[in-house]
Amino acid sequence: MTAPPLIEVDGLRIDLDDGSRRTAAVEGVSFRIDRGETFGLVGESGCGKSISALALIGLLRRPLSIGAGAIRFDGREIQGLPAAEQRALRGNRIAMIFQEPMTALNPVSPIGRQIAEMFVLHQGKSWREADRLAVEALASVRVPAPERRVKDYPHQLSGGMRQRVMIAIALACGPDLLIADEPTTALDVTVQAEIIELMRNLCAERGTAILMISHDLGLVANVCRRVAVMYAGRIVEERGSDALFRASAHPYTKGLVDSLPRLGTRAALGRSKLKEIAGVVPAIADFPAGCRFNPRCMQATEICRSTAPETTRLGDGGLVRCHHHA
Amino acid sequence: MHDAAHGSADDVILRVEDLAVHYPIGGGLRGGGRRLLRAVDGVDLELKRGECLGLVGESGCGKSTVALSILGLQTPTRGRIVLDGQVVTGGQSLDRMALARIVQIVFQDPYASLNPRQSVRRTLEAPLRLHGMTAKSEIDGRIEAMLSHVGLRPEQAGRYPHEFSGGQRQRIGIARALILNPRIVICDEPVSALDVSIRAQIINLLLELKETLGLSYIMISHDLGVVEHMSDRVAVMYLGRIVESGDWREIFERPAHPYTQTLISAIPDPLRRAPLATTRGEPPSPLNPPDGCAFNPRCRHAEAVCRRAPAPSLDVRPDGHAVRCWRADEIAGQTVAEPSAAFNGSS
Repeated sequence: MTAPPLIEVDGLRIDLDDGSRRTAAVEGVSFRIDRGETFGLVGESGCGKSISALALIGLLRRPLSIGAGAIRFDGREIQGLPAAEQRALRGNRIAMIFQEPMTALNPVSPIGRQIAEMFVLHQGKSWREADRLAVEALASVRVPAPERRVKDYPHQLSGGMRQRVMIAIALACGPDLLIADEPTTALDVTVQAEIIELMRNLCAERGTAILMISHDLGLVANVCRRVAVMYAGRIVEERGSDALFRASAHPYTKGLVDSLPRLGTRAALGRSKLKEIAGVVPAIADFPAGCRFNPRCMQATEICRSTAPETTRLGDGGLVRCHHHA
Repeated sequence: MHDAAHGSADDVILRVEDLAVHYPIGGGLRGGGRRLLRAVDGVDLELKRGECLGLVGESGCGKSTVALSILGLQTPTRGRIVLDGQVVTGGQSLDRMALARIVQIVFQDPYASLNPRQSVRRTLEAPLRLHGMTAKSEIDGRIEAMLSHVGLRPEQAGRYPHEFSGGQRQRIGIARALILNPRIVICDEPVSALDVSIRAQIINLLLELKETLGLSYIMISHDLGVVEHMSDRVAVMYLGRIVESGDWREIFERPAHPYTQTLISAIPDPLRRAPLATTRGEPPSPLNPPDGCAFNPRCRHAEAVCRRAPAPSLDVRPDGHAVRCWRADEIAGQTVAEPSAAFNGSS
């Protein structure tokens, strides 16, 4: 038999408990990521992509909780593990970088300390040794003059530099999986390009798998080999990234790709009205019955309004959740 | 028909001449040790009637400061702004009320820019009353017409911002900007805060309104896809100055400034996997700009001439394409990654 995937999510449901009522914010989410693989989770705000990632590293807090499903890391179920074992996993084998590095970093601790802490906590190094490794880690994310920079506080760094520090912390212990939740949304495009190239190269060198979460289809297509699209708490399509964007099977994915004003389109084809997706993204409490995209879907029929579609396997190995998929 | 015709000087509805906004920073109580932050440093712009001018650049480049100066919300240190034939800077300036009838703004964040305690009707009615409209029937008529222009129903006027989705709120923001019948609308990142599936609706709406109401736009954005789609001409700013401007097709197909080339190649495209263009380092602080060309520390074409003063001047070619670069003739037309040919067959 082949080795188990690095991470396997099976039928994950995340409940939102508002005191009187439990609603499933995420439902039936399954995916797997192999060692060294790059996997993207795209969707709009509120679709459940970020909380799915938090569930993966055991950071869901009330009012959110895992309602059903299993998360297996390296073949072992992790949500039942004692807190200490979960902590040992987090940071050491699964690391995460967040959208806003200013709020994710400790403002009153020098950045060198925050990197060194990883070596002390997870690898039992002495502070002296850890401080030396921190300089190396900072150099590996190409921060100039790292031996001076380790003494800086987060507020002394630019947004791009802070995100480099976040990457240095995340990759310090050589994790197997890096979860990157909108890692460049707060950055300018030229800085974004640098951070993405840096993250991609470092992870490729070290064989670290990436789970990238973003609303930016272009970015995910460029970073990830496989991509899952989430809508209203469910994965609606999962494909290799070329197939996903070039030959989308789900009307939502197709609608998103078609609605983008892509650079170069006007020069090549002239300006035409952008294709719109009608309606709005539903709130968690108002997820429609049947297929959750049906009120906005041009192809919706009776069955879409009454029955939630099951996942169908496509010829290219991809998955789609639609009664009328392409 | 979308692209602005080349016209005479009368077609110019807004002219910005040598605009500069400098902020004194730091210093003690006695003013010692003060430094000057040159947020905008000698910007010239021209907006023709019915045109959409894209203003592009990264955070801190001064694009929003230019917008605030045009709106009369920021007093320029130097320079002149001429709106519809009237000078609005310095002693002769129009009052805020008159200015508000000519130029308005659509803000980025429709969550932060609408008063949560005011119904849509009150938000739209206040400027009308302030500007002398008193008859209730007239006000109601205006509000109703404006709501239908932006795709909302008249009966939604009594609702409050929290009852609307992000896209609908931006429609309210647009209605608020248009209620006084301005000639010019500054759109400051109008879709960046919206969900991806909603953006196309708002972009289409803005372009439609521009045609039906005969508006002129200044479109501020860092999303070059949106700028290319909407603009007739484009100006690229870097560290308080325009580094390149021209017809949209020139800018996107034959970018001449290395910074513009980098910006274009740094945009990830879902249908084209390619390494994203990178520059060296990050934008320098406007408090401590480099000698010579402001982009030289990050530019892969920089030579000795680029590193010493004076900075290159904005060189305007006969076709109106202007570039601020010593080496523009040698490097024009390159993009850092593959040129646009890769886009054509793919969609």
